Amino acid sequence: MMHLAQSGTQNPLVPNTTELILGLVAFFVIFGVLARILLPRITRTLEARTDQIEGGLRRAEEAQAEASRVLAEYRAQLAQARHEAARIREAAKEEAAQIVAQGRAEGAAERQRIIDSASAQIEADRQHALASLRAEVGALAVELAGRIVGESLADEARQARMVDRFLAEIERQPRGVAAR
Amino acid sequence: MVSDAAAVAAAGGCHIFSGCGYPAPSISDFFFKPIFTIGSFEFTKPILFMLVAAAIVLAFFWLAFRRPQLVPRGAQNLGEVGILFVRDQILRPQLGKQGDRYLPFIVSLFFFIWIMNIFEIIPGVMFPVTSKYAFPFGLTIVVWVTYVSIGIRHQGPIGYFKNMMTPSGAPAWILPLLAPIELLSNLIIRPFTLSVRLMANMLAGHVLLLVFGLGTWYLFSLSIGLLFSATSLIVYLLVTLLEVLVTFLQAFIFATLAAFYISDSLKTSH
Repeated sequence: MMHLAQSGTQNPLVPNTTELILGLVAFFVIFGVLARILLPRITRTLEARTDQIEGGLRRAEEAQAEASRVLAEYRAQLAQARHEAARIREAAKEEAAQIVAQGRAEGAAERQRIIDSASAQIEADRQHALASLRAEVGALAVELAGRIVGESLADEARQARMVDRFLAEIERQPRGVAAR
Repeated sequence: MVSDAAAVAAAGGCHIFSGCGYPAPSISDFFFKPIFTIGSFEFTKPILFMLVAAAIVLAFFWLAFRRPQLVPRGAQNLGEVGILFVRDQILRPQLGKQGDRYLPFIVSLFFFIWIMNIFEIIPGVMFPVTSKYAFPFGLTIVVWVTYVSIGIRHQGPIGYFKNMMTPSGAPAWILPLLAPIELLSNLIIRPFTLSVRLMANMLAGHVLLLVFGLGTWYLFSLSIGLLFSATSLIVYLLVTLLEVLVTFLQAFIFATLAAFYISDSLKTSH
């Protein structure tokens, strides 16, 4: 150091030529290796990584979309099935109601028919009974009256008139009494 | 290997109250006896550690990026943090995506300077290589050639100097004054400040450490001097912490300014 100090070159702003050259050489070696070999490698790797991450994200998005599409499809199918079931149930209900109504109507008609025929029968029987009763009652009444009044009623014409009058009187009485 | 004043102090056992003066650090602490010489070639401590720094940078990035994996592990993680820091904190703020072209250049500058700086506080070395002006000077020449050539290529030889000397928005009457200043600023002052800023910061840091390091040793004696010595040691440790920051910061500033000068050359006008 002493010889440097004595030669008067201890100026911190004067670059030493040896240091300058070696420093530049060292820098260019670093720069060369980094620029030519190492940084291109890591840059490629970083790009590949970015690609992979972005690809992964894209694939995940696609899977997500697929999943939601399938889910929507299933939901639609389920809704359709439910709708179908409801429709069938509704139809069955309607059919049942229809069958019941039909049965009811048929039953009512049958009942009506039975009632009608029964009442016709009853009416016929009544008419028949009424007719035979009228004849019988007339005969009985005449016989009775003849026994009571004697011969005066033997004349047939008079007898018939009397019976008719009598019966008309009976019919003029209240209906409930007559039907009984 | 240790600097001369420290060597004198250590060898001489020079302490306060022993009739020995404080061996103050001086500029001669930055000039070393060669370790060996071949003819007029002198191999000195700064050259040795400059080469070590270069080897460390190369070895680190070789380990990290020799066979880069998609899923990084170990050194590759650290290396990626390093280059992504340079890319995202230094290049892209200045240059945007087009700045990625200059990534190897700025990465080389930043890490080479940082490792050279950091020897300031590495025990056994304790010397910032960049305080030797030749190294910042050399790197600045590279930066200067880079940004001037990019400017000439990008704006044309006339356009580059015309744009440089006529900042947009400057009124015409001030141009006779402004143009020479701008020319001087861009071509002389920029490289000068770029290199001297780095060198002077590291030189000052080293002097500070020497002052308190030597002070701790010099003041050490079994007397009241022990108290002074302890105080000096505490300051020494604090300055060391400060220098951890400074070594990083100066490398960062150098790389950032290099990126800024390049981006300035890429603009068609100011």
